[in-house]
Amino acid sequence: MTAEPEAAEREATDEESATGGANVLGNKGAAAFVAPAAGLIGLFLVFPALWTLYLALTNMRLTGLAAAEPQFVGLENFLNAVSEGEFLNSLYVTLIFVLGSAVIGQAFLGFTLAWILRDWRGWQRQAFEVLAIVAWIIPASVVAFLWIALLDGDSGTLNTLSPVNVDWLLEYPLLSIIFFNTWRGTAFSMLLFSAALNSMPPSHLETARLAGASFWQQLRDVILPSIRGHILTTLLLISLWTFNLFTPYLITAGGPGSQTETLPIYIYNVALSNGRLGFGAAISAIMLVINLIIAWIYLRVVGKQDA
Amino acid sequence: MAKVELERLTKVYPGGVRAVDSLDVTIKDGEFFALLGPSGCGKTTLLRTIAGLETATEGTIRIADRDVTKVSAGDRDIGMVFQDYALYPHMTVEENVAYPLKVRKVSKDDRREKAAEAAGSLDMRELLERRPGQLSGGQQQRVALARSIAQEPGVFLLDEPLSNLDARLRLESRTFLKRLQKELGITTIYVTHDQAEALALADRIAVMEAGQIRQIDAPAEVYNRPSSLFVASFIGSVPMNLLDGVVEDGRVRVGSAALPLPDDASEHVSSGDEVVVSVRPEHTTVSETEEDESIGGQVAVTELLGTQYLVTVEAEDISAQGVTRHPPEIGAQAWVTPEPEQLLIYRRADGGLVGTPVIEDAKSEKETASAAS
Amino acid sequence: MAASPTQTRTVQRVLSRIGFYLLVIVVGAFFALPMLWLIFAPFDRTPSLSVEVPSFTLANFTEMFENPFVLSSLRNSVLLSVITMLLVCASAALCAYALSRVAVPGRDVLLYILLLFSSIVTGSAAMVPIFQLMFQLGLINTYTGVVLVMAGGLLPAGIFILKDFMDTVPESYEESARVAGASSVQILKDIVVPVVRPGLAVIAVWVFVQVWGNFLMPFILLRDPAMQPAAVIMYSFYTSGGQADLSVISAFSLLYSVPVVLMYLFVNQRYGFRFHGGIKG
Repeated sequence: MTAEPEAAEREATDEESATGGANVLGNKGAAAFVAPAAGLIGLFLVFPALWTLYLALTNMRLTGLAAAEPQFVGLENFLNAVSEGEFLNSLYVTLIFVLGSAVIGQAFLGFTLAWILRDWRGWQRQAFEVLAIVAWIIPASVVAFLWIALLDGDSGTLNTLSPVNVDWLLEYPLLSIIFFNTWRGTAFSMLLFSAALNSMPPSHLETARLAGASFWQQLRDVILPSIRGHILTTLLLISLWTFNLFTPYLITAGGPGSQTETLPIYIYNVALSNGRLGFGAAISAIMLVINLIIAWIYLRVVGKQDA
Repeated sequence: MAKVELERLTKVYPGGVRAVDSLDVTIKDGEFFALLGPSGCGKTTLLRTIAGLETATEGTIRIADRDVTKVSAGDRDIGMVFQDYALYPHMTVEENVAYPLKVRKVSKDDRREKAAEAAGSLDMRELLERRPGQLSGGQQQRVALARSIAQEPGVFLLDEPLSNLDARLRLESRTFLKRLQKELGITTIYVTHDQAEALALADRIAVMEAGQIRQIDAPAEVYNRPSSLFVASFIGSVPMNLLDGVVEDGRVRVGSAALPLPDDASEHVSSGDEVVVSVRPEHTTVSETEEDESIGGQVAVTELLGTQYLVTVEAEDISAQGVTRHPPEIGAQAWVTPEPEQLLIYRRADGGLVGTPVIEDAKSEKETASAAS
Repeated sequence: MAASPTQTRTVQRVLSRIGFYLLVIVVGAFFALPMLWLIFAPFDRTPSLSVEVPSFTLANFTEMFENPFVLSSLRNSVLLSVITMLLVCASAALCAYALSRVAVPGRDVLLYILLLFSSIVTGSAAMVPIFQLMFQLGLINTYTGVVLVMAGGLLPAGIFILKDFMDTVPESYEESARVAGASSVQILKDIVVPVVRPGLAVIAVWVFVQVWGNFLMPFILLRDPAMQPAAVIMYSFYTSGGQADLSVISAFSLLYSVPVVLMYLFVNQRYGFRFHGGIKG
C-alpha cells in the first residue's frame, strides 16, 4: 500500500518545489546573474548578426564610393546572388561537404565507434578515445598542415605508402576535405553517442534479444528510436558547425578553381578579396536563413517525437 | 518556547491551485507533530511555507511568539531535513554538519566543537572525516539530522526523512528518531504519507487532504475514531470495512444483516438515513456458526497477517473482512461480527462521522473513500 | 558435405571477430596516420612531407626559436585563451545557474536561437560587421577586442552545456543552504560551483581550445604581427612565398599543439572529459 503512493509522492514534491528554486535565487537575483553573459552575447553576437542583415540590404564596398556612402539597394544583392553561378556552385559544394563529412562521416563513424566500443573498458577504449579527441583538439592551423602533408602529390605520406601516386588535393579536392573534416570532428559525435548509448536501459535490448530479434532488428527497433533525440541534436550541431566552417580554407583556399569553395570561403573571397561587402553580407544572410531552416526542421522532428 | 502558530495560512499557486487552504493550527512547544496525507494534499507545501521556502499568500506564521511570515528562511530559527538529505558531496561530514554555523560566521574552532557534539549525540563521531558518498543511507540520514541539530533551532522540519531507506532500516530509524526527539525536546513538524509512521511517531497527527486539515488528534483517536471516511480509509495498515447501509428502526441494515447502532450515533440519525458503517477488521470476530448482528456470507480469501488471518466474506454485493486465528475453509459459510462499541457510522452524503459538522468539499470525500476502498 | 549449424555459427563468429578487429585497426590507423608526422618530423634532421623514421635531432627547435615571432605568438595565444576562458566560465556559470533555476518563458527556444547565431557568427559570415563594430569601439588591434568577440561567440554553447550540469544539482542542496541562512552568492560559491566542477572544467578546456586554435578572428582584428597568436603565425609559415621551411613548421606545430593536448589529458584524468549526457534532444 505504501509503494505506489511513494513514487507519486515524490513527483508531487518536485512539482510543489518547481517554483522553490525561484524563491532561492529570486527574480532580481536571476536577472543580475544573467546580465554579464547577456551583455556580451547581445553586443558581440546578436548585434553583429543583425548588422549583417542590414548590410545585406546595401551596396557597401570595401573601397571606393560605395565604401564611404553605401546606399540602400533592397533585395538586389539577394537577386544577384541567386543568379550568380559562383554562389550556386558554392552552395552545392557546401551541401556536399556537410552531407559527406558531417552526416555520413562524423555522425555515422561516431556512432559506429561508440557502438563498437560500448563494451570495452580499460586502456584499449581509453587509447581509442584519446586518439579521436586529440584529432579534435589539435589547433586547426596544425591539422590543416598535417593533411596537406598527408595528401601532398609528390611526397605526401599517402603517396609514399601506397603504390599509386595521386595528387589528392588537385584531383579529388572535395573528397579530401570531406575526409579531413570527418577525421577532425568524429570525436564529438562519438562522445555524445557513447553517453546516449550508456543512458539506454539495458532491459530494452534484452527484451528484444529474448524475443529473437537479430542485431539489425535490434538496431532499428530498439536502439535508434531510444536515442533518437541524441541523434538529432548531434546531427544538428555538427551540420551547423560544418556548414559554417572556415578551416578548409587553410588547406585548399577554396581551390583548385572553386571546387572546394564552401560558402564561408566564398564570402571571404567575395567580401575581402573582391571588396563586395554588401553582397558578402547578403550571402551571410542567406546562410543564416538556411541554418534556421535546418534548425526548424530539426525542432519539428524532435517536437513530433515528444508528442 | 518554540511553539508554532498558523493563522488562516493560505498558499495559492499561479493558476489558482490552493495548495494550503486557510489553516489554523497551533503546534505546542516540544511536540512531535505529524502532517499526514496522500500525495498532492499540500503537506509538503505547508512545511515549505513554514520553512520560508514558499511565501504564504495569506495568513500568518508565528514561531516562538514571533511573526515570521515575512522573514527570510535563514532567519526563522528552524532546522530542516530534506527527503534526499541534501548532503553536499564535496564536503566532509564535519563540514556538512558545520555548514549552517559557517554561514552564521561562527569561528572555526567553535564550529568543529559543535559539529563533533552533534555527531556524538548521534553516534557518528568516527564518520566526521568521510564524504557523503562513502556513507550508507542510514548514516547519511543521521548526518542530515546532525546538521539540523548543530544549529540548535527552535523547530525541526522533517520532510519524509525515512522514505529513502529500506524497510528494515526505516523501522529502526523510526524508533531512533522518536527517542532522539524526546531527548532533545525540540518542536518537530514531520511530513509523511506513511500512516504507520505517523501513528508510531507523533504526539498529534494532522490528516490533510486538498490543502485542508481533516482531523487533528492524538494517534489513538485518529486510529479509533476517524472523523471522516477519507481519514478512515487512509489510516490503518489493514483497510477498514466500509459498508453501505440504511438506518432502520434503531439499527442499521447492511445487505441482509442488521447491525446495532452505537448510542452516541443514534440521536443524530433517523430511519431511512443512508449511512456508511465502518469497523476495523481487528475489531471483529469471525465464526462459522450464525451470529446475531453479524454479516454472513461465503469465505472468498484468507490472508496471513502474522499472528492472525484476514478473512474476506462475501454475500450478495457486500464484502466484509474480519480477523481470526483459525480461518475457515474457502467457500465455507462464515459470519463476521463487529464489536458494537467499535462501530462507527458515517453519513453517506459528505463522509463525515454522524454527530460532527458537515464537511465542505464533500464530493472529494466520497470519491476518495470509494476509490480507496 | 554440408557444414553443421554449429560449425557455420563458429565460422561466422570467427569471421565477425576478425572483421571487428580489422575495422578497429583500420579506424585506428585512420586517426593515427596524419598525427604521426607531428611526432616524427620535428625531430628529423631532414624533415619531408611524408612520415619517415627520423634521423634524430633537436636542431629544428633551435632554428625555430630564431624566428622573432615564435615566442611572442605562443605568449599571445596563452594570453588570449586564458582570459577568454576565465571570462566565459564566470559569466556562463552565473547565467547557466540562473537559467537552470528560474524558468523564463521561451528560455529553451532562446538558447537554441543563440546557439544557431553563435555557430554562424564565429564563422566568416559576420566578419565584416564585427570588424566594423570593433573599429567603432576603437578595439582594432587590441587583445580586448578579440577576447570580447570570442567570448560572445562561445557563450551560448557554454551556457547550454553548463545549464545541463546545473540541472543535475538537486534544488534541495540550495534550499537546505538557504534554510541555514546562506545568501545566493554564498550558495553559488559554496555549494553549486564545487558540484559542477567537472562541467566547468570541460567548458574551460573547450573554450581554451577554441581560442587557442582560432584563426579567423585574430587574423581580421589584429594588425601587428607581434600581437598575432600562434594560429595566425603558423598559417603564415606555410603560405609565405618560396619553399616552406619544414624544420620550423614541424617544430612549431608540435610546440603549438602540446599545451592543449596536455590540458585535455589533465582534465580527462581528473574529471573525465564528457559533455555529460549533456546535449539531449
